[in-house]
Amino acid sequence: MTETLLKIEHLVKKFDDNLILDDINLEVKKGEVIVVIGPSGCGKSTLLRCINALEPIQGGTISLDGEPIDDKSRSLSVLREKIGMVFQSYELFPHLSVLNNVMLAPLKVQKRKKEEVKEEALTLLERVGLKEKAGSFPRQLSGGQKQRVAIVRALCMHPELLLFDEVTAALDPEMVREVLDVILKLAAQGRTMIIVTHEMQFAQAVADRILFLDGGSIIESAPPEEFFEHPKTDRAKQFLNTFTFEAVKTPHKTIKEEED
Amino acid sequence: MDWEFIVQHIPLYQEAAWLTVRIGLLGVVFSILIGLVCAAIQYFRVPVLRRITGIYIELSRNTPLLIQLFFIYYGLPKIGIQTDPELCGIAGLAFLGGSYMAEAFRSGLEAVSPIQMESALSLGMNRRQTMGYVVLPQAASISVPAFIANVIFLLKETSVFSAISLMDLMFTAKDLIGLYYKTTESLVLLVVFYLLILLPVSVCGTLLERRLRYAGFGS
Repeated sequence: MTETLLKIEHLVKKFDDNLILDDINLEVKKGEVIVVIGPSGCGKSTLLRCINALEPIQGGTISLDGEPIDDKSRSLSVLREKIGMVFQSYELFPHLSVLNNVMLAPLKVQKRKKEEVKEEALTLLERVGLKEKAGSFPRQLSGGQKQRVAIVRALCMHPELLLFDEVTAALDPEMVREVLDVILKLAAQGRTMIIVTHEMQFAQAVADRILFLDGGSIIESAPPEEFFEHPKTDRAKQFLNTFTFEAVKTPHKTIKEEED
Repeated sequence: MDWEFIVQHIPLYQEAAWLTVRIGLLGVVFSILIGLVCAAIQYFRVPVLRRITGIYIELSRNTPLLIQLFFIYYGLPKIGIQTDPELCGIAGLAFLGGSYMAEAFRSGLEAVSPIQMESALSLGMNRRQTMGYVVLPQAASISVPAFIANVIFLLKETSVFSAISLMDLMFTAKDLIGLYYKTTESLVLLVVFYLLILLPVSVCGTLLERRLRYAGFGS
């Protein structure tokens, strides 16, 4: 369990002259669940996109299993097979049924046998409670169902690392749970995951380690108990305070009717 | 209404309709080819070629077909290229239609969000697989309504071909009016023949659109 899967060293990402990620260093061990939190615009999503080489990087190195991930690399698609990504906006393919969404990449990219892939896809769909939706099209599903299909689609490629980019941010509150439950189950299976989320209680439950990002840098990196109970920096304290509410209710007063 | 006159002249119109259909269909086919090439150049932002197709599209969309036909019909012989009217008609229609088709296909391609492509890439697909399995099927279905509208528009535009001495439906009608003063009869035949050509195209288009919508698009 101590083998390093992903290693990021001195990562720098710029959009023109704007520094988005500034000297990020991170090591993710096999089976580790990392939750990245921080204010919007701090570079959380960009970090995930860099790991998947969807964004070119301006400095530093990212490597998976010791192999560098580089947007110019010829074996980029081979590396991407090993990294599953789930997006905030689901991004199911609208012209394909649920089953074909899941089967497309294993069939076309990994050239696996159709029967075998279909069996696995149906098993995975069953596990997230969506086996009977296999023949449906994405537009016929709710947001939570679409996101569970998106997770299954990533899983069917047998990735070594899963990236979740605010996967519940676009969902209605009652659908958030069904998606988070799936991710919790994956964590229990020992999957290596990097999760960007705003669900603090979920972060606390699922994470082995919390990364707090602000202004493009990792400000804190700590186990969840430590981070949520005793944040070291003021910036983190301030951020966590935005999730608690002070009671503002005043005791109910009856309005006296004015009498002449 | 002189029914005898109408029945008598149906074969003449049939012949003219065949010419209209022939030029129309070939014009549409070449429009599609030009449109595909131009849309691909614009979508992939091919340097230099992109500028040229941009100029072509603006030029072709903002000048009337009649003027384009005059340029081809009277202009080409001036630089030593002899062409027959039928080829000129096809070339003119393709010149006009190419830009309309290019815009229809390009807007279809651009309607597929970049993040759809990223989601395919992140599943390990290469660029060719991403285009073939994810982008093109969606772009094609989005383009269908505009494509059908263009086909109908182009077939209707064939009515100006008489100006370059093609004996199409319009030419035949004008000819008969000039010869016999049977204005109503000649025009009724003209309208009926155009409807015979265009209604089936319209109906097929609507069926195709509906089929694609029910195939799971438009979410």
